[in-house]
Amino acid sequence: MVFSGSGGQGVITAGIILAEAAVLHENLIAVQSQSYGPEARGGATRCDVIIAESPIHFPKVIQPNVLICLTQQSYATFFPLLRPGGLLLTDNRYVKLGKKVDARQIELPMYETVMEKIGRPIVFNICMLGAVIGLTKLVRPESIIKVLETQIPLSFLDMNRQALDLGLKLSEGIGD
Amino acid sequence: MGGELRFVQGNEACVEGAMYAGLDFFAGYPITPSTEIAELLASRLPLKGGKFLQMEDEIASICAIIGASLTGNKVMTATSGPGFSLMQEGLGYAIMAEIPCVIVDVQRGGPSTGLPTKVSQGDVNQARWGVHGDHAIVALTASNHQDVFSITVDAFNFSETYRTPVILLFDEVIGHMRERLKIPEPGEIPLVERLKTSVKEGVDYHPYLQREDGRLPMSDFGGVHRYNVTGLFHDMWGFPSEKPSVVHELMRHLVDKIDHHVDKMARYREYFIEDAEMLLISYGSSARSALHMVTDRRQHGERVGLLELQTLWPFPAAVVREKTRNARYVVVVEMNMGQMLQPVKAAVEKPERVFLANRVDGVLITPADILNILRLIQGKGV
Repeated sequence: MVFSGSGGQGVITAGIILAEAAVLHENLIAVQSQSYGPEARGGATRCDVIIAESPIHFPKVIQPNVLICLTQQSYATFFPLLRPGGLLLTDNRYVKLGKKVDARQIELPMYETVMEKIGRPIVFNICMLGAVIGLTKLVRPESIIKVLETQIPLSFLDMNRQALDLGLKLSEGIGD
Repeated sequence: MGGELRFVQGNEACVEGAMYAGLDFFAGYPITPSTEIAELLASRLPLKGGKFLQMEDEIASICAIIGASLTGNKVMTATSGPGFSLMQEGLGYAIMAEIPCVIVDVQRGGPSTGLPTKVSQGDVNQARWGVHGDHAIVALTASNHQDVFSITVDAFNFSETYRTPVILLFDEVIGHMRERLKIPEPGEIPLVERLKTSVKEGVDYHPYLQREDGRLPMSDFGGVHRYNVTGLFHDMWGFPSEKPSVVHELMRHLVDKIDHHVDKMARYREYFIEDAEMLLISYGSSARSALHMVTDRRQHGERVGLLELQTLWPFPAAVVREKTRNARYVVVVEMNMGQMLQPVKAAVEKPERVFLANRVDGVLITPADILNILRLIQGKGV
Protein backbone atom coordinates (compact mmCIF):
# COMPACT_ATOMS: atom_id res chain seq x y z
CA MET A 1 0.00 0.00 0.00
CA VAL A 2 1.02 3.62 -0.55
CA PHE A 3 0.32 6.52 1.80
CA SER A 4 0.68 9.87 0.06
CA GLY A 5 0.12 13.51 0.85
CA SER A 6 2.30 16.51 1.55
CA GLY A 7 5.00 17.09 4.14
CA GLY A 8 3.59 17.72 7.61
CA GLN A 9 0.38 15.73 7.20
CA GLY A 10 1.94 12.76 8.94
CA VAL A 11 1.42 10.23 6.16
CA ILE A 12 4.85 8.71 6.68
CA THR A 13 4.29 8.44 10.42
CA ALA A 14 0.94 6.76 9.83
CA GLY A 15 2.55 4.20 7.52
CA ILE A 16 5.29 3.44 10.03
CA ILE A 17 2.78 3.00 12.87
CA LEU A 18 0.70 0.59 10.79
CA ALA A 19 3.70 -1.46 9.72
CA GLU A 20 5.09 -1.55 13.24
CA ALA A 21 1.73 -2.67 14.63
CA ALA A 22 1.62 -5.47 12.06
CA VAL A 23 5.10 -6.71 12.98
CA LEU A 24 5.07 -6.30 16.74
CA HIS A 25 1.46 -7.10 17.59
CA GLU A 26 -0.04 -9.13 14.73
CA ASN A 27 2.84 -11.51 14.02
CA LEU A 28 2.87 -10.37 10.39
CA ILE A 29 5.79 -9.46 8.15
CA ALA A 30 5.99 -5.81 7.11
CA VAL A 31 8.41 -3.51 5.33
CA GLN A 32 8.15 0.26 5.21
CA SER A 33 10.09 2.66 3.00
CA GLN A 34 9.64 6.21 1.87
CA SER A 35 10.72 8.44 -0.96
CA TYR A 36 13.28 10.94 0.16
CA GLY A 37 14.59 13.81 -1.87
CA PRO A 38 13.42 17.04 -3.47
CA GLU A 39 9.99 15.65 -4.25
CA ALA A 40 9.44 14.96 -0.54
CA ARG A 41 9.71 18.64 0.32
CA GLY A 42 6.51 20.47 -0.41
CA GLY A 43 5.74 18.05 -3.20
CA ALA A 44 4.13 14.66 -2.99
CA THR A 45 5.26 12.64 0.03
CA ARG A 46 5.14 8.90 -0.40
CA CYS A 47 5.35 6.11 2.15
CA ASP A 48 5.34 2.49 0.96
CA VAL A 49 4.11 -0.25 3.26
CA ILE A 50 3.99 -3.94 2.41
CA ILE A 51 2.28 -6.31 4.84
CA ALA A 52 2.38 -10.05 4.25
CA GLU A 53 2.35 -13.43 5.92
CA SER A 54 5.52 -14.56 4.15
CA PRO A 55 8.94 -12.91 3.77
CA ILE A 56 9.05 -9.69 1.76
CA HIS A 57 12.14 -9.29 -0.38
CA PHE A 58 11.61 -6.39 -2.81
CA PRO A 59 10.76 -3.55 -0.43
CA LYS A 60 9.10 -1.05 -2.77
CA VAL A 61 5.47 -0.99 -3.86
CA ILE A 62 4.99 -1.20 -7.62
CA GLN A 63 1.21 -1.49 -7.79
CA PRO A 64 -0.58 -0.72 -4.52
CA ASN A 65 -3.71 -2.59 -3.44
CA VAL A 66 -4.46 0.31 -1.14
CA LEU A 67 -3.68 3.93 -1.95
CA ILE A 68 -4.27 6.82 0.40
CA CYS A 69 -4.05 10.33 -1.06
CA LEU A 70 -4.38 13.38 1.16
CA THR A 71 -3.60 16.05 -1.44
CA GLN A 72 -4.71 16.72 -5.00
CA GLN A 73 -1.11 16.55 -6.17
CA SER A 74 -0.47 13.18 -4.57
CA TYR A 75 -3.73 11.89 -6.04
CA ALA A 76 -2.67 13.05 -9.51
CA THR A 77 0.81 11.55 -9.09
CA PHE A 78 0.02 8.17 -7.60
CA PHE A 79 -3.51 7.30 -8.72
CA PRO A 80 -2.28 5.73 -11.99
CA LEU A 81 -0.30 3.19 -9.91
CA LEU A 82 -3.34 1.72 -8.18
CA ARG A 83 -3.97 -1.94 -8.88
CA PRO A 84 -7.25 -2.58 -10.75
CA GLY A 85 -9.89 -3.46 -8.17
CA GLY A 86 -7.81 -1.78 -5.45
CA LEU A 87 -8.90 0.65 -2.78
CA LEU A 88 -8.45 4.41 -3.00
CA LEU A 89 -9.04 6.47 0.14
CA THR A 90 -9.11 10.25 -0.11
CA ASP A 91 -10.18 13.15 2.07
CA ASN A 92 -12.86 15.16 0.33
CA ARG A 93 -11.55 18.46 1.71
CA TYR A 94 -8.25 18.02 -0.11
CA VAL A 95 -8.96 15.82 -3.10
CA LYS A 96 -11.46 16.23 -5.90
CA LEU A 97 -11.76 12.89 -7.66
CA GLY A 98 -11.39 12.64 -11.39
CA LYS A 99 -12.88 9.93 -13.54
CA LYS A 100 -14.22 6.77 -11.96
CA VAL A 101 -12.13 3.70 -12.65
CA ASP A 102 -11.99 0.06 -11.71
CA ALA A 103 -11.31 0.66 -8.01
CA ARG A 104 -13.16 1.23 -4.77
CA GLN A 105 -12.96 4.99 -4.49
CA ILE A 106 -13.82 6.06 -0.97
CA GLU A 107 -14.00 9.71 0.00
CA LEU A 108 -14.29 10.47 3.70
CA PRO A 109 -14.51 13.80 5.53
CA MET A 110 -11.62 12.90 7.82
CA TYR A 111 -10.09 16.36 8.19
CA GLU A 112 -13.44 18.00 8.75
CA THR A 113 -14.44 15.41 11.38
CA VAL A 114 -11.16 15.75 13.25
CA MET A 115 -11.47 19.55 13.31
CA GLU A 116 -15.08 19.39 14.41
CA LYS A 117 -14.74 16.74 17.15
CA ILE A 118 -11.16 17.30 18.35
CA GLY A 119 -10.15 20.63 16.90
CA ARG A 120 -6.48 19.69 16.42
CA PRO A 121 -5.18 18.91 12.93
CA ILE A 122 -2.16 17.00 14.28
CA VAL A 123 -4.21 13.83 14.69
CA PHE A 124 -5.59 13.94 11.13
CA ASN A 125 -3.18 11.14 10.18
CA ILE A 126 -4.35 8.89 13.02
CA CYS A 127 -7.98 9.42 12.00
CA MET A 128 -6.95 8.42 8.47
CA LEU A 129 -5.21 5.36 9.89
CA GLY A 130 -8.42 4.44 11.75
CA ALA A 131 -10.33 4.61 8.48
CA VAL A 132 -7.67 2.54 6.71
CA ILE A 133 -7.78 -0.30 9.22
CA GLY A 134 -11.57 -0.04 9.39
CA LEU A 135 -11.77 -0.53 5.64
CA THR A 136 -9.01 -3.11 5.24
CA LYS A 137 -9.00 -4.97 8.60
CA LEU A 138 -5.23 -5.26 8.20
CA VAL A 139 -4.54 -4.98 11.92
CA ARG A 140 -6.70 -4.61 15.03
CA PRO A 141 -7.21 -1.14 16.50
CA GLU A 142 -5.67 -2.37 19.79
CA SER A 143 -2.42 -3.08 17.95
CA ILE A 144 -2.28 0.52 16.69
CA ILE A 145 -2.98 1.76 20.23
CA LYS A 146 -0.15 -0.38 21.60
CA VAL A 147 2.29 1.25 19.16
CA LEU A 148 0.95 4.72 19.94
CA GLU A 149 1.47 4.08 23.64
CA THR A 150 5.19 3.60 23.10
CA GLN A 151 5.63 6.60 20.83
CA ILE A 152 3.35 9.36 22.04
CA PRO A 153 3.53 11.46 25.22
CA LEU A 154 0.88 10.34 27.68
CA SER A 155 -0.96 13.66 27.50
CA PHE A 156 -1.58 13.23 23.76
CA LEU A 157 -2.66 9.60 23.94
CA ASP A 158 -6.34 10.23 24.51
CA MET A 159 -6.53 12.61 21.59
CA ASN A 160 -4.95 9.98 19.35
CA ARG A 161 -7.30 7.26 20.62
CA GLN A 162 -10.22 9.53 19.88
CA ALA A 163 -8.92 10.27 16.36
CA LEU A 164 -8.44 6.56 15.67
CA ASP A 165 -12.04 5.93 16.79
CA LEU A 166 -13.35 8.72 14.57
CA GLY A 167 -11.62 7.15 11.58
CA LEU A 168 -12.99 3.70 12.44
CA LYS A 169 -16.51 5.13 12.75
CA LEU A 170 -16.25 6.97 9.44
CA SER A 171 -15.37 3.70 7.72
CA GLU A 172 -18.23 1.78 9.33
CA GLY A 173 -21.06 0.76 7.06
CA ILE A 174 -19.01 1.16 3.92
CA GLY A 175 -19.55 -2.25 2.42
CA ASP A 176 -17.01 -4.25 0.50
CA MET B 1 16.55 -16.69 19.90
CA GLY B 2 14.32 -15.09 22.48
CA GLY B 3 15.45 -11.49 22.13
CA GLU B 4 13.47 -8.29 21.84
CA LEU B 5 11.49 -7.77 18.64
CA ARG B 6 11.88 -4.36 17.04
CA PHE B 7 10.72 -2.57 13.90
CA VAL B 8 13.63 -0.42 12.77
CA GLN B 9 15.56 1.18 9.94
CA GLY B 10 18.69 -0.58 8.66
CA ASN B 11 20.78 2.21 10.12
CA GLU B 12 19.30 1.43 13.53
CA ALA B 13 19.99 -2.29 13.05
CA CYS B 14 23.63 -1.30 12.47
CA VAL B 15 23.63 0.79 15.66
CA GLU B 16 22.15 -2.13 17.62
CA GLY B 17 24.77 -4.48 16.19
CA ALA B 18 27.55 -2.07 17.10
CA MET B 19 26.24 -1.66 20.66
CA TYR B 20 25.96 -5.44 20.98
CA ALA B 21 29.56 -5.81 19.74
CA GLY B 22 30.75 -3.47 22.49
CA LEU B 23 31.16 -0.12 20.73
CA ASP B 24 32.76 2.41 23.10
CA PHE B 25 33.51 5.40 20.91
CA PHE B 26 31.97 7.00 17.83
CA ALA B 27 33.17 10.08 16.00
CA GLY B 28 31.47 11.25 12.85
CA TYR B 29 30.10 13.96 10.64
CA PRO B 30 26.47 13.43 9.65
CA ILE B 31 25.65 12.80 6.00
CA THR B 32 22.60 11.39 4.24
CA PRO B 33 21.82 8.49 4.09
CA SER B 34 23.89 7.50 7.13
CA THR B 35 22.78 10.27 9.52
CA GLU B 36 20.51 8.11 11.70
CA ILE B 37 23.55 6.11 12.82
CA ALA B 38 25.19 9.21 14.32
CA GLU B 39 21.86 10.51 15.62
CA LEU B 40 21.04 7.32 17.48
CA LEU B 41 24.52 6.82 18.87
CA ALA B 42 24.56 10.40 20.16
CA SER B 43 21.80 9.38 22.56
CA ARG B 44 22.69 5.72 23.09
CA LEU B 45 26.45 5.72 23.65
CA PRO B 46 26.66 8.12 26.61
CA LEU B 47 24.08 6.01 28.46
CA LYS B 48 26.52 3.10 28.61
CA GLY B 49 29.50 5.29 29.44
CA GLY B 50 30.68 5.52 25.85
CA LYS B 51 31.68 8.64 23.98
CA PHE B 52 30.07 10.34 20.99
CA LEU B 53 31.90 13.12 19.20
CA GLN B 54 30.59 15.14 16.30
CA MET B 55 33.68 16.23 14.40
CA GLU B 56 34.29 19.11 12.00
CA ASP B 57 34.59 16.77 9.02
CA GLU B 58 35.21 13.20 7.96
CA ILE B 59 39.00 13.47 8.02
CA ALA B 60 38.86 14.40 11.68
CA SER B 61 36.25 11.68 12.29
CA ILE B 62 38.42 8.81 11.13
CA CYS B 63 41.48 10.24 12.87
CA ALA B 64 39.51 10.48 16.12
CA ILE B 65 38.41 6.85 15.99
CA ILE B 66 41.95 5.71 15.20
CA GLY B 67 43.23 7.50 18.28
CA ALA B 68 40.42 6.20 20.45
CA SER B 69 40.99 2.65 19.24
CA LEU B 70 44.67 2.82 20.16
CA THR B 71 43.71 3.69 23.71
CA GLY B 72 41.76 0.44 23.98
CA ASN B 73 38.26 1.24 22.73
CA LYS B 74 36.03 -0.41 20.15
CA VAL B 75 35.34 2.36 17.66
CA MET B 76 33.20 3.20 14.64
CA THR B 77 32.39 6.05 12.29
CA ALA B 78 29.63 6.31 9.68
CA THR B 79 29.43 8.23 6.45
CA SER B 80 28.43 8.08 2.79
CA GLY B 81 30.41 8.32 -0.47
CA PRO B 82 31.60 11.94 -0.26
CA GLY B 83 32.73 11.49 3.35
CA PHE B 84 34.21 8.09 2.57
CA SER B 85 36.42 9.79 -0.05
CA LEU B 86 37.74 12.12 2.64
CA MET B 87 38.41 9.21 4.96
CA GLN B 88 40.74 7.38 2.58
CA GLU B 89 43.91 8.93 3.96
CA GLY B 90 43.03 7.97 7.53
CA LEU B 91 41.90 4.55 6.34
CA GLY B 92 45.33 3.95 4.80
CA TYR B 93 46.94 5.01 8.05
CA ALA B 94 44.77 2.57 10.01
CA ILE B 95 45.73 -0.22 7.61
CA MET B 96 49.43 0.58 7.93
CA ALA B 97 49.38 1.07 11.71
CA GLU B 98 47.02 -1.93 12.12
CA ILE B 99 44.32 -0.16 14.10
CA PRO B 100 41.02 -2.03 14.66
CA CYS B 101 38.12 0.21 13.59
CA VAL B 102 34.80 -0.03 11.77
CA ILE B 103 33.82 2.41 9.01
CA VAL B 104 30.22 2.39 7.81
CA ASP B 105 29.54 3.69 4.30
CA VAL B 106 25.81 3.89 3.56
CA GLN B 107 26.14 4.28 -0.18
CA ARG B 108 24.36 6.91 -2.25
CA GLY B 109 24.81 7.95 -5.87
CA GLY B 110 28.19 9.40 -6.87
CA PRO B 111 30.73 10.57 -7.84
CA SER B 112 31.00 13.80 -5.89
CA THR B 113 27.87 14.85 -4.00
CA GLY B 114 25.99 12.86 -6.64
CA LEU B 115 22.53 11.74 -5.59
CA PRO B 116 22.32 12.41 -1.84
CA THR B 117 19.03 10.66 -1.16
CA LYS B 118 19.08 7.87 -3.74
CA VAL B 119 20.43 4.36 -3.68
CA SER B 120 23.64 3.17 -5.31
CA GLN B 121 26.31 0.52 -4.84
CA GLY B 122 29.01 2.58 -6.48
CA ASP B 123 31.57 2.49 -3.66
CA VAL B 124 32.47 -1.21 -3.92
CA ASN B 125 35.76 -0.50 -5.65
CA GLN B 126 36.43 2.57 -3.57
CA ALA B 127 36.25 0.32 -0.53
CA ARG B 128 38.77 -1.97 -2.19
CA TRP B 129 41.16 0.53 -3.74
CA GLY B 130 40.33 3.99 -2.42
CA VAL B 131 43.54 3.87 -0.41
CA HIS B 132 46.79 4.24 -2.34
CA GLY B 133 49.48 1.61 -2.15
CA ASP B 134 49.19 -2.16 -1.99
CA HIS B 135 46.99 -3.36 0.82
CA ALA B 136 44.24 -5.80 1.72
CA ILE B 137 40.86 -4.69 3.03
CA VAL B 138 37.76 -6.18 4.60
CA ALA B 139 34.37 -4.92 3.36
CA LEU B 140 31.06 -6.50 4.37
CA THR B 141 27.42 -5.90 3.50
CA ALA B 142 23.94 -7.31 4.09
CA SER B 143 20.46 -7.19 2.58
CA ASN B 144 18.13 -7.44 5.58
CA HIS B 145 18.14 -5.99 9.06
CA GLN B 146 18.84 -9.23 10.92
CA ASP B 147 21.91 -9.70 8.75
CA VAL B 148 22.85 -6.01 9.09
CA PHE B 149 22.93 -6.61 12.83
CA SER B 150 25.03 -9.75 12.70
CA ILE B 151 27.40 -8.54 9.98
CA THR B 152 28.04 -5.43 12.08
CA VAL B 153 29.04 -7.70 14.96
CA ASP B 154 31.25 -9.64 12.51
CA ALA B 155 32.85 -6.36 11.44
CA PHE B 156 33.93 -5.61 15.00
CA ASN B 157 35.10 -9.19 15.52
CA PHE B 158 37.18 -9.21 12.32
CA SER B 159 38.68 -5.81 13.10
CA GLU B 160 39.85 -7.04 16.51
CA THR B 161 41.01 -10.46 15.28
CA TYR B 162 43.06 -9.15 12.37
CA ARG B 163 43.87 -5.69 13.74
CA THR B 164 42.45 -4.02 10.70
CA PRO B 165 39.87 -1.47 9.60
CA VAL B 166 36.65 -3.12 8.43
CA ILE B 167 34.24 -1.36 6.09
CA LEU B 168 30.50 -1.91 6.30
CA LEU B 169 29.14 -1.13 2.86
CA PHE B 170 25.40 -0.63 3.19
CA ASP B 171 23.17 1.38 0.84
CA GLU B 172 20.36 3.92 1.04
CA VAL B 173 17.55 1.39 0.66
CA ILE B 174 18.87 -0.84 3.44
CA GLY B 175 19.75 2.14 5.64
CA HIS B 176 16.35 3.79 5.46
CA MET B 177 13.80 1.00 5.03
CA ARG B 178 12.15 -0.40 8.11
CA GLU B 179 11.58 -4.06 8.92
CA ARG B 180 11.74 -6.42 11.85
CA LEU B 181 14.85 -7.03 13.88
CA LYS B 182 15.14 -9.49 16.71
CA ILE B 183 17.93 -8.40 19.02
CA PRO B 184 19.90 -11.52 19.96
CA GLU B 185 20.40 -12.25 23.64
CA PRO B 186 23.79 -11.38 25.11
CA GLY B 187 26.19 -14.22 24.36
CA GLU B 188 24.15 -15.53 21.43
CA ILE B 189 26.73 -14.13 18.99
CA PRO B 190 30.31 -14.56 20.24
CA LEU B 191 32.34 -11.36 20.59
CA VAL B 192 36.05 -10.93 20.01
CA GLU B 193 37.60 -8.67 22.60
CA ARG B 194 40.80 -6.68 22.28
CA LEU B 195 43.88 -8.90 22.51
CA LYS B 196 46.03 -7.15 25.10
CA THR B 197 49.70 -7.71 25.71
CA SER B 198 50.79 -9.69 28.73
CA VAL B 199 54.03 -7.70 28.86
CA LYS B 200 54.23 -6.02 32.26
CA GLU B 201 54.99 -2.42 33.02
CA GLY B 202 58.71 -1.63 32.86
CA VAL B 203 59.35 -4.46 30.38
CA ASP B 204 59.94 -3.65 26.70
CA TYR B 205 56.77 -4.02 24.65
CA HIS B 206 57.02 -4.49 20.89
CA PRO B 207 53.76 -3.27 19.35
CA TYR B 208 54.47 -4.89 15.99
CA LEU B 209 56.03 -8.16 17.08
CA GLN B 210 53.76 -11.00 15.99
CA ARG B 211 52.81 -13.88 18.19
CA GLU B 212 53.18 -17.37 16.76
CA ASP B 213 49.64 -17.21 15.42
CA GLY B 214 50.40 -13.96 13.62
CA ARG B 215 48.32 -11.77 15.91
CA LEU B 216 49.65 -8.57 17.46
CA PRO B 217 48.68 -8.00 21.12
CA MET B 218 48.02 -4.34 21.86
CA SER B 219 48.84 -2.09 24.76
CA ASP B 220 46.52 0.83 25.45
CA PHE B 221 48.26 3.91 24.10
CA GLY B 222 49.09 6.34 26.87
CA GLY B 223 49.11 3.47 29.36
CA VAL B 224 52.03 1.61 30.86
CA HIS B 225 54.10 1.17 27.68
CA ARG B 226 55.65 3.86 25.53
CA TYR B 227 55.72 3.03 21.85
CA ASN B 228 55.62 4.67 18.44
CA VAL B 229 52.82 4.54 15.86
CA THR B 230 53.42 5.73 12.31
CA GLY B 231 52.12 5.58 8.77
CA LEU B 232 55.66 4.97 7.57
CA PHE B 233 56.93 1.43 7.11
CA HIS B 234 58.10 0.45 10.54
CA ASP B 235 59.92 -2.19 12.55
CA MET B 236 58.63 -4.21 15.51
CA TRP B 237 59.07 -1.22 17.84
CA GLY B 238 56.90 0.89 15.54
CA PHE B 239 59.79 3.11 14.46
CA PRO B 240 60.21 4.09 10.80
CA SER B 241 62.40 1.81 8.74
CA GLU B 242 63.43 1.78 5.09
CA LYS B 243 65.30 -1.49 5.43
CA PRO B 244 64.16 -3.54 2.40
CA SER B 245 63.65 -6.70 4.44
CA VAL B 246 61.50 -4.84 7.00
CA VAL B 247 59.47 -3.12 4.28
CA HIS B 248 58.95 -6.36 2.38
CA GLU B 249 57.96 -8.31 5.45
CA LEU B 250 55.46 -5.70 6.61
CA MET B 251 53.84 -5.47 3.17
CA ARG B 252 53.50 -9.26 3.02
CA HIS B 253 52.09 -9.30 6.53
CA LEU B 254 49.48 -6.60 5.79
CA VAL B 255 48.24 -8.46 2.71
CA ASP B 256 48.58 -12.02 3.98
CA LYS B 257 46.84 -11.48 7.30
CA ILE B 258 43.65 -10.77 5.35
CA ASP B 259 44.10 -12.88 2.22
CA HIS B 260 45.06 -16.02 4.16
CA HIS B 261 41.77 -15.84 6.07
CA VAL B 262 39.36 -15.36 3.18
CA ASP B 263 37.62 -18.61 4.11
CA LYS B 264 37.07 -17.53 7.71
CA MET B 265 35.67 -14.18 6.60
CA ALA B 266 33.56 -15.40 3.66
CA ARG B 267 29.94 -14.67 4.60
CA TYR B 268 27.26 -15.45 2.02
CA ARG B 269 23.78 -16.85 1.60
CA GLU B 270 22.57 -19.20 -1.07
CA TYR B 271 19.09 -19.75 -2.45
CA PHE B 272 18.08 -22.55 -4.86
CA ILE B 273 21.65 -22.99 -6.07
CA GLU B 274 21.92 -26.80 -6.43
CA ASP B 275 20.17 -27.18 -9.78
CA ALA B 276 20.23 -23.56 -10.97
CA GLU B 277 20.88 -23.04 -14.66
CA MET B 278 20.77 -19.27 -14.22
CA LEU B 279 22.68 -18.15 -11.16
CA LEU B 280 22.34 -14.60 -9.92
CA ILE B 281 25.09 -13.10 -7.77
CA SER B 282 24.12 -10.04 -5.81
CA TYR B 283 24.54 -8.22 -2.49
CA GLY B 284 22.93 -5.47 -0.42
CA SER B 285 19.53 -4.14 -1.45
CA SER B 286 19.80 -5.42 -5.04
CA ALA B 287 19.98 -8.94 -3.58
CA ARG B 288 16.44 -8.39 -2.26
CA SER B 289 15.21 -7.74 -5.78
CA ALA B 290 17.16 -10.73 -7.05
CA LEU B 291 15.69 -12.98 -4.34
CA HIS B 292 12.17 -11.73 -5.07
CA MET B 293 12.62 -12.56 -8.72
CA VAL B 294 14.23 -15.97 -8.02
CA THR B 295 11.49 -16.99 -5.57
CA ASP B 296 8.84 -15.96 -8.08
CA ARG B 297 10.38 -17.78 -11.05
CA ARG B 298 10.94 -20.94 -8.99
CA GLN B 299 7.18 -21.07 -8.54
CA HIS B 300 6.99 -21.20 -12.33
CA GLY B 301 9.47 -24.06 -12.40
CA GLU B 302 12.42 -22.05 -13.72
CA ARG B 303 15.81 -23.17 -12.50
CA VAL B 304 17.18 -19.90 -11.21
CA GLY B 305 19.20 -19.40 -8.03
CA LEU B 306 20.90 -16.70 -6.05
CA LEU B 307 24.27 -16.42 -4.37
CA GLU B 308 24.14 -13.43 -2.04
CA LEU B 309 27.57 -12.16 -1.05
CA GLN B 310 27.98 -10.53 2.33
CA THR B 311 31.76 -10.49 2.29
CA LEU B 312 32.74 -8.43 -0.74
CA TRP B 313 36.42 -8.00 0.20
CA PRO B 314 38.49 -10.08 0.53
CA PHE B 315 36.63 -11.45 -2.48
CA PRO B 316 35.52 -15.03 -1.78
CA ALA B 317 36.71 -16.32 -5.14
CA ALA B 318 36.74 -19.98 -4.14
CA VAL B 319 33.10 -19.81 -3.00
CA VAL B 320 32.05 -18.09 -6.23
CA ARG B 321 33.95 -20.60 -8.36
CA GLU B 322 32.40 -23.53 -6.52
CA LYS B 323 28.84 -22.23 -6.51
CA THR B 324 28.84 -21.22 -10.17
CA ARG B 325 30.26 -24.51 -11.43
CA ASN B 326 26.97 -25.97 -12.63
CA ALA B 327 25.33 -22.79 -13.87
CA ARG B 328 24.93 -22.14 -17.57
CA TYR B 329 24.78 -18.40 -17.06
CA VAL B 330 25.87 -16.19 -14.21
CA VAL B 331 24.27 -12.78 -13.82
CA VAL B 332 25.74 -10.22 -11.44
CA VAL B 333 22.98 -7.95 -10.14
CA GLU B 334 24.25 -4.67 -8.75
CA MET B 335 23.63 -0.93 -8.82
CA ASN B 336 26.82 0.30 -10.43
CA MET B 337 28.59 -0.09 -13.75
CA GLY B 338 29.82 -3.58 -12.94
CA GLN B 339 32.15 -3.31 -9.96
CA MET B 340 31.54 -6.88 -8.68
CA LEU B 341 31.27 -8.17 -12.25
CA GLN B 342 35.04 -8.11 -12.69
CA PRO B 343 36.06 -10.23 -9.67
CA VAL B 344 33.23 -12.66 -10.48
CA LYS B 345 34.53 -13.02 -14.06
CA ALA B 346 38.01 -13.60 -12.72
CA ALA B 347 36.76 -16.30 -10.35
CA VAL B 348 34.55 -18.43 -12.61
CA GLU B 349 35.59 -21.08 -15.09
CA LYS B 350 33.78 -19.49 -18.03
CA PRO B 351 33.93 -15.69 -17.78
CA GLU B 352 32.18 -15.30 -21.14
CA ARG B 353 29.04 -16.69 -19.47
CA VAL B 354 28.94 -13.87 -16.90
CA PHE B 355 26.55 -10.96 -17.52
CA LEU B 356 25.65 -7.76 -15.74
CA ALA B 357 22.13 -6.75 -14.66
CA ASN B 358 22.47 -3.24 -13.32
CA ARG B 359 20.72 0.03 -12.74
CA VAL B 360 22.52 3.31 -12.11
CA ASP B 361 19.71 5.89 -12.02
CA GLY B 362 19.19 6.11 -8.27
CA VAL B 363 16.25 3.69 -8.36
CA LEU B 364 16.35 0.25 -6.72
CA ILE B 365 16.65 -2.36 -9.46
CA THR B 366 13.32 -4.21 -9.72
CA PRO B 367 12.61 -7.92 -10.12
CA ALA B 368 11.16 -7.06 -13.56
CA ASP B 369 14.40 -5.32 -14.58
CA ILE B 370 16.35 -8.47 -13.71
CA LEU B 371 13.87 -10.79 -15.41
CA ASN B 372 14.06 -8.74 -18.63
CA ILE B 373 17.83 -9.09 -18.72
CA LEU B 374 17.57 -12.83 -18.04
CA ARG B 375 15.20 -13.21 -20.97
CA LEU B 376 17.58 -11.32 -23.23
CA ILE B 377 20.49 -13.54 -22.21
CA GLN B 378 18.38 -16.62 -22.88
CA GLY B 379 17.59 -15.21 -26.33
CA LYS B 380 13.91 -14.92 -25.51
CA GLY B 381 13.53 -11.16 -25.84
CA VAL B 382 11.89 -9.05 -23.15
